[in-house]
Amino acid sequence: MEQDVNIKIIDRDGVAHEVLAPTDMAMNLMEVVRSYELAPEGTIGICGGMAMCSSCQCYVLSDHELPEMQDDEEAMLSEAFNVKDNSRLGCQLQINPDMDGLEVELAPEI
Amino acid sequence: MIKTDILIIGAGPTGLFTVFEAGLLKLKCHLIDALPQPGGQCSEIYFKKPIYDIPAYPEILAGDLTDKLLEQCKQFEPGFTLGERAETIDKQDDGTFIVTTNKGTKHHAPVVAIAGGLGSFEPRKPLIHNIEAFEDKGVEYMIKEPEMYRDKKVVIAGGGDSALDWSIFLSDVASEVTLIHRRNEFRGHLDSVEKVQELKNLGKINLITPAEVTGIVGHHHVKAVVVSQAEHIEKEFEIECDHFIPLFGLSPKLGPIANWGLEIEKNAIKVNNALDYQTNIPGVFAIGDVNTYPGKLKLILCGFHEATLMCQAAYQIINPGKRYVLKYTTVSGVDGFDGSRKEAPKAVVKAIE
Repeated sequence: MEQDVNIKIIDRDGVAHEVLAPTDMAMNLMEVVRSYELAPEGTIGICGGMAMCSSCQCYVLSDHELPEMQDDEEAMLSEAFNVKDNSRLGCQLQINPDMDGLEVELAPEI
Repeated sequence: MIKTDILIIGAGPTGLFTVFEAGLLKLKCHLIDALPQPGGQCSEIYFKKPIYDIPAYPEILAGDLTDKLLEQCKQFEPGFTLGERAETIDKQDDGTFIVTTNKGTKHHAPVVAIAGGLGSFEPRKPLIHNIEAFEDKGVEYMIKEPEMYRDKKVVIAGGGDSALDWSIFLSDVASEVTLIHRRNEFRGHLDSVEKVQELKNLGKINLITPAEVTGIVGHHHVKAVVVSQAEHIEKEFEIECDHFIPLFGLSPKLGPIANWGLEIEKNAIKVNNALDYQTNIPGVFAIGDVNTYPGKLKLILCGFHEATLMCQAAYQIINPGKRYVLKYTTVSGVDGFDGSRKEAPKAVVKAIE
């Protein structure tokens, strides 16, 4: 599966998971986390991926160049808790081939 | 005591459509919801956002979907207990249930349908170390009675619509309104943002950005909040106030339903999807996003289907052994509990000469 990228996701218990994510299914990082059930249902992606709840906040650990933050995401993060300089909303990160090797950590549940 | 046939917990799209389907079977419904208005997530999270997968609606705004569902079930006169969270369920000797809310309102019904979505919406509390000590002692996460702020000094924190709208509203009620937000930019409807700008220019709202409330000062009651401001140089200061209202949105929690003895899996209630969406407690059903079964999809349209089948099972429980056949609304029309009748116009029988 050529289009798949490897992503390392550290869950909320500190456990690291190496997962394969498709780049051709219009999936975002939040959806990848849900599809591998790395966070319990109902604790991530609550708004469905509209950058309106911050339940999919994660910290980007690798130095990948990621899509620029849009106003929606920036505004939501300005109201979220536990925000760090490397915080992003998983739902706003569409999986693409440049993300191979990406490492992220899920922010605590609110 | 509120008495009804089907007690629905959750007034989102699935709960509202249940009222219609139950009404066709002459069953009366009452809904409980923790939010102050019906619609569930459609009202609370994405009111102005479009939905594209409601059958026959190429596009409909979530808020409009709620309005249409309310209109569709109106003739079946649903009752509502809004702004209260279903807290406990007690099975009676005769198999019926009494559900009590956090405010003590009691509801009695032979059938309970949990249509609770992701759970009841609870306020997101900012991470301030001593905030819990001041809850209901000057700290309120939701504004329920605006009058309690009359001639008081109020500090509001947050950057979204509710922070903006309540700042505007309270600027006429409170003696002093301070709005604190982590950024200079606010996320809200343009007219709300503009109104706050205008009130700030008039000196009616004291705006502090980019800043954050980091502590609460007081003895038994809020006296002031500690504010850290990070513009140019970092500084910390206190603002005297009687009330601190953090408005950082709501997040759904399964909450007390999790303790009702229901079988829970993945934060959802397990149901019998081969038959009627009943839970492990006979007489208690779970429909819509709150349930789970093999192949479950959390879609509004799936909730509608589940509600329809559930109502048939509810009919059997409420009217044991009573005959019933499925009727088509086009054929039999819709008789409301309010005496109204909707029916297809009769064909004209007339000779053509």
